[in-house]
Amino acid sequence: MLGYVLSKLGRALFVVWAAFTITFILLFVFPANPVDLLFDPAELNTIPQEVRDQVAAQYGFNQPVFVQYLERLSQAAIGNFGNSVGSGRRVSDSLLEVLPNTLILAAGSLVLAVLIGFAIALLATGTRRPWLRHLVESLPSASVSIPVFMFAILLLQIFSFTLGWFPAFGDQGWQSLVLPVITLAVPVSGPIAQLLVRSFAEEFQAGYVTTSYAKGATRGGIIIGDVFRNASLPALTIAGITFGNLIAGAVITETVFARSGVGRLTQSAINTLDVPLVQGIIVFVAASFALINLLVDLIYPLLDPRLRATLTAQPVRTA
Amino acid sequence: MSATIIEEIVREQAEAEPLLRITDLSIDYRDRRRSWTPAVERVNVEVRQGEVVTLVGESGSGKTTLIQGALGLLPPSARIRSGSIAYSGVDVTGWPDQRLARVRGNYVGFIPQDPNTSLNPVKRIGQQVVEAVRFNEPEPTDRDRHRTAALESLRTAGLKDAERVFSQYPHELSGGMKQRALIAIALAGKPKIIVADEPTSALDVTVQRVILDHLENLRQQLGLGILLVTHDLGVALDRSDRILVMQSGQIVEEGPVRQLLAAPGNDYTRRLLDAAPARHAERLQPSHEAQHGGRAETGSAAAAEPVLRAASLTKAYITRKGRTSTPFLALADADLTVRTGTTHAIVGESGAGKSTLAGILAGFIPTDGGSVLLGDHEVTGARHAQLRELRRDLQFVFQNPYTSLDPRYTVGRIIAEPLRAFKATRTREELAGRVSELLQAVSLNDSYLNRLPAQLSGGQRQRVAIARALALNPKVLVLDEAVSALDVSVQAQILQLLVDLQAKLGLSYVFVTHDLGVVRLIADDVTVMKDGRVVESGPAARVLNAPQHDYTRTLLEAIPGTHVKGAAA
Repeated sequence: MLGYVLSKLGRALFVVWAAFTITFILLFVFPANPVDLLFDPAELNTIPQEVRDQVAAQYGFNQPVFVQYLERLSQAAIGNFGNSVGSGRRVSDSLLEVLPNTLILAAGSLVLAVLIGFAIALLATGTRRPWLRHLVESLPSASVSIPVFMFAILLLQIFSFTLGWFPAFGDQGWQSLVLPVITLAVPVSGPIAQLLVRSFAEEFQAGYVTTSYAKGATRGGIIIGDVFRNASLPALTIAGITFGNLIAGAVITETVFARSGVGRLTQSAINTLDVPLVQGIIVFVAASFALINLLVDLIYPLLDPRLRATLTAQPVRTA
Repeated sequence: MSATIIEEIVREQAEAEPLLRITDLSIDYRDRRRSWTPAVERVNVEVRQGEVVTLVGESGSGKTTLIQGALGLLPPSARIRSGSIAYSGVDVTGWPDQRLARVRGNYVGFIPQDPNTSLNPVKRIGQQVVEAVRFNEPEPTDRDRHRTAALESLRTAGLKDAERVFSQYPHELSGGMKQRALIAIALAGKPKIIVADEPTSALDVTVQRVILDHLENLRQQLGLGILLVTHDLGVALDRSDRILVMQSGQIVEEGPVRQLLAAPGNDYTRRLLDAAPARHAERLQPSHEAQHGGRAETGSAAAAEPVLRAASLTKAYITRKGRTSTPFLALADADLTVRTGTTHAIVGESGAGKSTLAGILAGFIPTDGGSVLLGDHEVTGARHAQLRELRRDLQFVFQNPYTSLDPRYTVGRIIAEPLRAFKATRTREELAGRVSELLQAVSLNDSYLNRLPAQLSGGQRQRVAIARALALNPKVLVLDEAVSALDVSVQAQILQLLVDLQAKLGLSYVFVTHDLGVVRLIADDVTVMKDGRVVESGPAARVLNAPQHDYTRTLLEAIPGTHVKGAAA
């Protein structure tokens, strides 16, 4: 069991390290002169050489690449990604400032997406009317095919401008959260729902369902009591992957709804070529993705006794 | 209205009313074109208190549909066209699900076919039995009472260590224990009648025997009526008071066991009886044509040279539990010799190591020790290219013809595949000629060339698999449970085919099976295995008729159909 936890933890750490290393190579090694990236391209030619040297020394660009890498890696390990070029503030401070906004948005969307997924799966499995089942089963693919920005504009049109129920932009109060959460949740609910519909249908054919019927259980009781837990297991994995996508995918939603958050920060960091900030964000997103999937991996054995058993007695090949 | 209810109660109490009476029941399935295809046609079944009635039929005969109909568990694509189902005289036909749920468990208990998939894998056994208790109690009681009742039910089902099983998960139990847990679930609602759908088909013979014995005891102790469904005529002959033979949705014969045995009134019943392996005492003889066209002499088989020799084969898998790792010996020091032109059967129950042995013989699994010689060539430790050459002489037929054929290949292409792979034929015409020759060898013809596996029956598929194995003119065929997935009558045909091919082509077979009845039909030599070790080995006649080892005797006694019920009386 301890071995399982350690191996999963090791994998998570590897993902974060790899994200850091790749962004380091892309952002600091490949550009001909990383110093150039630190200035506004329009003013680049007017900057005197002394200033450039000074800046290069300050960022450590005058040192060998490997030393730079180790220096940055050890700093990043304690959460320090240097200072933003644009604002001059520490990258970690900028991130932490907008982080809660995005986390609430992403977590809310994930919860909503999973709820939509379960609602669709339960309805499709529970109904005895074939037409209703077919209708419900077609919803996931419809939800995936709507572009996020269009859906956002549609929601704004109806609920903000026509009905006036929710504010069109900003990040004040819970009302401002409603439309962005729906916008972000609907497209990701599609794959989750599709997976759940399939695994509910599959589990509903399983032998233990017949056993439960024969015990005297009713259809509804079987779906909730027997099928639900078995069918939900695969959804856990996809929910973990989805959460990472949600943080990354917040860009469009936060832009459309003018919310501050990691998405908006990413957008402006890329626009202004704020290299340390971009790296900080990428490593942060990778870390959150790795963390969520680590949690998923650790929750799995708690839900599935069979997995727990294989962890305690693991067959290995002879060498 | 009230008069009829009183009438019903009066009838229910009358002893004469059977526990289950199915009258003129017809069930249809809706097919793709939305028309109705009959699956069960005007069937009558009666089960009385303390009686074991067996429904025998091959796959597709409609026996499972009939059972589903009786329990109200038909899939949405099926409908009851006519007829009625009555429990103790109460007609439940057309009852809504909610109402039928109170009959299931409470009045009729159900034991499903495959214990390995019929328990919820994420719930403890105890909880699953408690549910059965809770759903069926007349008045709600507390949890302690549920627990006590569930434990009692587990003990009645023959699980002595009920407390431990109560808190275990299904994957922690053996197949036999799972089936007992399912029996406990069926008994938990205190039913009057048990419906068991192939309750032992997924279990080893010795376990099968224990479970069936237990069901019989329960019938005597609790006065249950039992409706047993099986494809195994042997089981039916051993265990029932009355037998119903079902074919294409109809009951074609019905009667007490002895009457059925003495004078089967129906052709199909006679064919089933003939096909049942347990009812044959001797090895199958090659059919007439095979003997005449043959080039191998069967008479000289006894003195034949060994073609495949395996010596002290060992295979260990290591299981790790916590920090200690214990090697699990799948195969310990196993020897085997196959004589040219004969059949060597490897028999044993699940976990005996027979599939590991077959895999090593065919070069699929590396050994930890020992050697296999095919003629003068070493199979174990052969390099990839050498092994490939050896495959010309050593071919494998797999257990399940439903998964061993590529569903997108036509029959022609499947059989041609080894010929192409080894470039055994030079021209297209030669290839086509060889393929149709092979089809004829397995009693099929050219009309099958362009069919897909999905368009074939199980027996036809296994014929195609055998034709593919024969394509390169091998010396040895390793058949791993090659007839286990087939119906008895089809099984008999395939076995006859194998015997004929052996006579014609001088093939040698390694025949892996769990079914000792089949062994009698085909084997010249028998090796009995248990827990990775060879328990007994020798000529078939000696091993089967004068077994030296206790385990062989136990296996032989467990074959269903050998001690027909009532025969002693």
